[in-house]
Amino acid sequence: MEAKLVVSSSPHLRRPESVQSVMIDVLVALFPAALAGVIFFGWRGLLTMMLGMLAAMVAEAVVLRQKNIFGDGSAAVTGLLLALTLPPAPPWWLVVTGSVVAIVIGKQVFGGIGNNIFNPALVGRAVLVVSWPAHMTTWLRPLDLATAATPLAPGAEPASLFNLFVGAVPGSLGETSAFALLLGAAWLFYKGLIDWRIPGGYLGTVFLMGAFFDGTGTLPEMFSRGLFHLLAGGVMLGALFMATDMVTSPVTALGRLIFGIGCGLVTMLIRLFGAFPEGVTFAILLMNALTPLLDNLTLPKKFGEVAKLQ
Amino acid sequence: MSFKTFRGGVHPGHYKNATEKMPVVPARLPAVAIIPMAQHIGAPCEPLVAVGDEVKTGQKVGDSQAFVTAPVHSSVSGKVVKIAPCNHPLGRLVNAVYIKSDGEDTWHEDVRPHPDWEQASPDELRKIVRNAGIVGMGGATFPTHVKLSPPPGAKIDYCLVNGAECEPYLTSDHRAMLERPAEIITGLRIIMKAVNAPKGYIGVEDNKPDAVEAMKRAAAGLADVEVHALHTKYPQGAEKQLIKVFTGREVPSGGLPSAVGCVVHNVGTCIAIADAVCSGKPLIERIVTITGSGINEPKNMLVRVGTPMEEVIEQCGGFKPDVRKVILGGPMMGLAQPTVENFPVIKGTSGILCLTSLEVELQAFSPCIRCARCVDVCPVSIMPLFIGSAVEQGLYDRAESANAMDCIECGCCTYVCPSKRPLVQWIRLSKGDIADRRAKK
Repeated sequence: MEAKLVVSSSPHLRRPESVQSVMIDVLVALFPAALAGVIFFGWRGLLTMMLGMLAAMVAEAVVLRQKNIFGDGSAAVTGLLLALTLPPAPPWWLVVTGSVVAIVIGKQVFGGIGNNIFNPALVGRAVLVVSWPAHMTTWLRPLDLATAATPLAPGAEPASLFNLFVGAVPGSLGETSAFALLLGAAWLFYKGLIDWRIPGGYLGTVFLMGAFFDGTGTLPEMFSRGLFHLLAGGVMLGALFMATDMVTSPVTALGRLIFGIGCGLVTMLIRLFGAFPEGVTFAILLMNALTPLLDNLTLPKKFGEVAKLQ
Repeated sequence: MSFKTFRGGVHPGHYKNATEKMPVVPARLPAVAIIPMAQHIGAPCEPLVAVGDEVKTGQKVGDSQAFVTAPVHSSVSGKVVKIAPCNHPLGRLVNAVYIKSDGEDTWHEDVRPHPDWEQASPDELRKIVRNAGIVGMGGATFPTHVKLSPPPGAKIDYCLVNGAECEPYLTSDHRAMLERPAEIITGLRIIMKAVNAPKGYIGVEDNKPDAVEAMKRAAAGLADVEVHALHTKYPQGAEKQLIKVFTGREVPSGGLPSAVGCVVHNVGTCIAIADAVCSGKPLIERIVTITGSGINEPKNMLVRVGTPMEEVIEQCGGFKPDVRKVILGGPMMGLAQPTVENFPVIKGTSGILCLTSLEVELQAFSPCIRCARCVDVCPVSIMPLFIGSAVEQGLYDRAESANAMDCIECGCCTYVCPSKRPLVQWIRLSKGDIADRRAKK
């Protein structure tokens, strides 16, 4: 009996949470947004999401030469996140290209999970946006699926704040329903998988900049413009699910707050003064690049650093 | 009253219900007591006896001239049968005196009470504590008389008693507080006298309300001693965290508690001090929690130091057939052992935790996903993930600049890591390397 005693370093207790369980939690959290996408944009939406996940998982399994296609679940998350940022009915090759780029260029060339600097899904999306801009801006109206512009586009038909909240507006597959996204994010909060500082800093900055730089004087008008910028476009998806990606955001509390505020700032600078109607993708990618710097600049004071030893 | 708490920490399951309601039962005297010459941090002792000598219970059998050391005593009366190495929790062999018990348990004539200790000087008290071989009984086994000798000029304001027992599974301190609260108070008052501290605090985690009550009753009427319930969170009983909780003071990095006017002692140590001073008994027995899914009858036992672990386990109904891990101490900081043969209970053995196969499955670790759970739980606010990555790449100097030496090795980071990275293990590894390099300079 005693020859079999296991010797290992303490602690001898571990929390059951694993990388795979974290990824499954993220997938669960994305479910409401995915469901909203299918409700509003139909079976093509469902197909896009399945294809995005499958392509990402296959790409990862091929690169890592692993038989288990689901693996730690991170590729499925990347594929689904990418699909949620795509227009509702993109050509199949666009989805596959995006997923493969996300996994191979966005993640594996950096060394795989944990080592990538940029959010892989957004890397995939960025490549698609600059390579096939026409396909990436073909928006559909919910339910009747007629071609339409997103509420952020100049001259688009105005959307009520209520429709923006539930998601009944043209836009990317998973970005339109703030309600579904908040519901999913609540799960991540409950599981302790996202820190309020990133979405808090991001959404707060977007609201304030929308109110002060896009509002026209009166308080109610400023308030509603602030809300508009929160609910329109990809801010909710970006702030709750993209910017909060653990691997590519800071690990310190202060760093996360600055990161969130920076994401909001760049998003609004692009929206209000840039050439594109939407800036979430590039705002988050830019702040991803600053993450190591933010970590180093915001290291917490270690215990006992107050008093110098005499 | 819920006391304020410290930063970080984790909430593992308590696993204490198997033994928390079980009164301490005395274990049988060992047939052959194995008294290791090193049961403490510091210089090992030299044997004072030779093979064939007759010894009595409480007789000093090993001592050293060094300051940081603690003498060892025979825990039985009988005859020295051999002097040979035995197993030690730190994974090495140490020299030990083997004493075959005559079953009489005749106490040595040096074991004399000091009824007039209230009149004794701090120096006399320190001498009694040193000669009794008392060490920190929470598991760290630092010689107590050294902690009772604050550096010249240091003024001690607070004397803290650690009854947190934040390690899961262990209930020896809990039972001590329920069964011997008066001795804990006496021990505290002796410490306060020895270090000239005006105020004493006793801290107990609030998952032990009966222990809080018992200690409050025992301290009733004492103006200079307060008992407080502490938030139940691991590592509430860590020395520097306890000081922060009670006084708001932070022990400087690399410094000692006396730098902020505090000393901290475990409840078990208080009892040992009270026994040594009031009845003259050296430290030859302690309460041990024998528990875990791998033991047939979990118990709290009063075990003579030197009792072979096999005898203790046998008195608890033996191992279950699927036992796979034996840990000395608690599951968060305890040391897993390859064997229980030729292996005595020593002064620092607070628990023998026996786990079965399911609980000890070794998990492969994967890359850090920067979830920062380790950052959130670290009670000393260092960045375990960065130190871990540095050590993984062999960059020990970077581990040093990332404050590896400030780590208290509580294990919270490893406990929460979803990638199952052995962060504390890496940090310990780097500490050894850093200490070596600092010594060479």
